[in-house]
Amino acid sequence: MYSRRLELSVGAFVLLGAICLAFLALEVSGLTQTGRQDTYRISARFDNVAGLTTRAKVSAAGVTVGRVVGIRYDAKTAGAMVDMDIQSAFSDFSMDTTASILTAGLLGEKYIGLSVGGDPDVLADGDVIFDTQSAVVLEELIGRFLMNSGSEK
Amino acid sequence: MIERIRAIGRATLTQIGDLGRASLLLFQAIAGRSRVGVHWRLTVDQVYAVGVLSLSIIVVSGLFIGMVLGLQGYTILSDYGSEQALGQMVALSLTRELGPVVTALLFAGRAGSALTAEIGLMKATEQLASLEMIGVDPLRRVVAPRFWAGMISLPILSLIFVSVGCLGGALVGVSWLGVDAGSFWANMQASVDFWNDVFNGMIKSVVFAVVVTWIAVYQGYDLVPTSEGIARATTRTVVYASLAVLAFDFFLTAVMFGEV
Repeated sequence: MYSRRLELSVGAFVLLGAICLAFLALEVSGLTQTGRQDTYRISARFDNVAGLTTRAKVSAAGVTVGRVVGIRYDAKTAGAMVDMDIQSAFSDFSMDTTASILTAGLLGEKYIGLSVGGDPDVLADGDVIFDTQSAVVLEELIGRFLMNSGSEK
Repeated sequence: MIERIRAIGRATLTQIGDLGRASLLLFQAIAGRSRVGVHWRLTVDQVYAVGVLSLSIIVVSGLFIGMVLGLQGYTILSDYGSEQALGQMVALSLTRELGPVVTALLFAGRAGSALTAEIGLMKATEQLASLEMIGVDPLRRVVAPRFWAGMISLPILSLIFVSVGCLGGALVGVSWLGVDAGSFWANMQASVDFWNDVFNGMIKSVVFAVVVTWIAVYQGYDLVPTSEGIARATTRTVVYASLAVLAFDFFLTAVMFGEV
């Protein structure tokens, strides 16, 4: 009673919608890359995290190894605690790894760079890095520059 | 003076009455038992009418909007030497805002007005009354399938619009203006989050589907059954639906992306 063409076109329409959803998920939002992966969580204590946001990337030697998942103020040490989820595939960061907040490009987004030390023990879930280098705050830099150039005269 | 107060009261009562009748219509159309087999077929029929037939306008406008975004974005971004971020700009503006909103506006003009006119003509020619006479509930037979068809079609159309738009942006940005294809797509994938951006856009689209189809079927069902009444109701559908979509978009955006 229903024409085959009508059913065929509605079926194709719904199918097209499904294909577009798959396209958006895989090609546009790159869901496969951010999918559920095994991670472990480490934290780092910074004096200043100005400009760092959650979901910023954590990289070692320029390769993305994890994401920032939380930033909170730590009253005990009067600094900022940054929680990072590191992929389990990269599980051999030594205990004396240092973390610094870097900027992509001149005005780009902030990210965290890890540089590995020589300690044979490795960081495990829940460990905290205290050897850190804070974000460069442009205003402080300019202020210091002005002070120095003033005193030279 | 007394007359003026009476006028205000009358206007208020009319508005509340409208709102009540519209809610009642929606409730009776979607709640309550329905004969699944028959109504499923009717719904498929309507998906063809409001969804498949709207495909061409959605694909063409999606392509052009994507291309315009690519062109405009490139001109501005290249001033700052960051034309690699073009993919990010095109994809985010499409998934978050332009995709759901423009699709809903086009849908209101293309399919919403048709729904109103169709139901209105059924009322004017007393087909709805005859259905009732032979014991068929016109709400379930006529209104419900059209409502569900809109709910199914609009999110799908929105997905198609966004996809085609991204491809259009890539066409202009990568093929014509020479942005590096790798950084175009990589930037897009790095910045677009499936749940935050694509999925929230879909939620918007579903809300718009309810709003537009509801207004369209209500205006058709409630109009004055004359040729002038049909004309007025069709206009009202497009105007009300467009305004409602834009207003809801603001609130949804404030809730979804407001705290960033």
